[in-house]
Amino acid sequence: MKLLSHIGRYLQMLGGMFARPENMRVYGKEFFHQCNEIGIGSMWIVIIISLFLGAVTTVQTAYQLVSPLVAKYVIAQIIRDSSFLELSPTIVCIVLAGVVGSKIASELGNMRVSEQIDALEIMGINSKTFLIMPKILAAFIVIPSLVILSMFLTVWGGYMAGTMTGIITDAQFHQGLIKDFLTFNIVFGIIKAFTFAFIITSISAYFGYNVQGGSLEIGRASTTSVIVSCVLILFADYGLAALLLTK
Amino acid sequence: MIKVNNISKSFGDKKVLQDVSCEFQSGKVNLIIGTSGSGKTVFMKCLIGLYAADAGEILYSGVNFGQMDDKDRKDIRQQIGMLFQGSALFDSMTVEQNIMFPLDMFTKQSITDKRKRVNEVLARVNLVDANKKYPSEISGGMKKRVALARAIVLNPKYLFCDEPNSGLDPQTSLVIDKLITEITKENNITTVVNTHDMNTVLESGDHIVYLHQGLKEWEGNNKDIIHSTNQRLNDFIFASQFMKDAKAKQMEEEMKKRV
Repeated sequence: MKLLSHIGRYLQMLGGMFARPENMRVYGKEFFHQCNEIGIGSMWIVIIISLFLGAVTTVQTAYQLVSPLVAKYVIAQIIRDSSFLELSPTIVCIVLAGVVGSKIASELGNMRVSEQIDALEIMGINSKTFLIMPKILAAFIVIPSLVILSMFLTVWGGYMAGTMTGIITDAQFHQGLIKDFLTFNIVFGIIKAFTFAFIITSISAYFGYNVQGGSLEIGRASTTSVIVSCVLILFADYGLAALLLTK
Repeated sequence: MIKVNNISKSFGDKKVLQDVSCEFQSGKVNLIIGTSGSGKTVFMKCLIGLYAADAGEILYSGVNFGQMDDKDRKDIRQQIGMLFQGSALFDSMTVEQNIMFPLDMFTKQSITDKRKRVNEVLARVNLVDANKKYPSEISGGMKKRVALARAIVLNPKYLFCDEPNSGLDPQTSLVIDKLITEITKENNITTVVNTHDMNTVLESGDHIVYLHQGLKEWEGNNKDIIHSTNQRLNDFIFASQFMKDAKAKQMEEEMKKRV
């Protein structure tokens, strides 16, 4: 029953978000502000995670491929495909659910508790449109961009770790990268990034926007939003894989 | 003018407001007073449309607020200024940006005109050289003044103040009360103030509505309140010995004058 009430209120919030902006220029400014907050604010963590994901995957794949019958370039293929299909979209978005999601939930929660949302409503501004819509739109631009950046950095991290430790040669790595390359894998990763971007921002906005109480509740909303976002990301991850990758 | 006709509001089984009717005139400071839990905040939230009343009607200059469509409601809200208990300033914006926000949103003025208007209202609330400061860098009294400046920047017809003196020292409270009264008279605004502060009641109460357990118990002004025979109101207003003594002294002086 509580779950149904949450789903209903979540859908109501999304529905209430679609209203004509009072002033496009102010909304545009807010959109770019959110792009900066979500994108630049999370870029360094994405860069670090991606480089190490690639490096660790290379070392661990090489450790497991002990058969002399398996060519070395397979290591590069595994890094490429696992990065495009899973590591970059899913792991990066789970991290972003923590970084961006908790920030959105606590920001909106604080605005609710300190009556800033009421202040917007009394001014005649649709608070859902003004506060939530720019965040979701910004995430649609920024999160897929971060995921694309992560895809290339993961491969590069793998390349650096592989060649510097002598696990794989430069030529073998390049051979693996281009062998049986499917553009759809990148497209699939980007589809996942769009889906996860929507989950991260809308779920955290829902929990933040509907906070009731004080600072304790803001903390709870922030934690709940991260947990729910992560679980939904994993559900969506499986759903998209089953839908788009099974023949 | 705001006219309230028989409004009621319940949360579950709990009746918070029961059949409250009153009228708030323009150019007057109208106070809603009552003990904690008497329904003051809910009443104010119903007036400004944050809560929908279960029954009754609220008329803004004769137009029923509850029956307005979204567009008309937005239009009327642009004529409303509100000073919140906790100021409700936007943390991420400077003082200037906070006050300029309604101008950015609803006017097409140039940045120079908007700055001029911001400086005008800041001067009106006696706050200068605070434009570039963030809310976290200013005191509680300054926050209230910035919030008041933001509330009046669009020249509202209606001004609502939710406990404007809470958390302020007595001297700053008087300054805020004086500002609210002056701004109300200067611009002929219909001002509604939700308060606990007895100084405000006695100094600024042009019209007072006393609520008790969701019912309107008494209505009058700051002169009538001294002579009220309503026991609950007297218990509330003259709760402290100091206020009891002040009332006794006032009555004594009035008796002397009559003699």
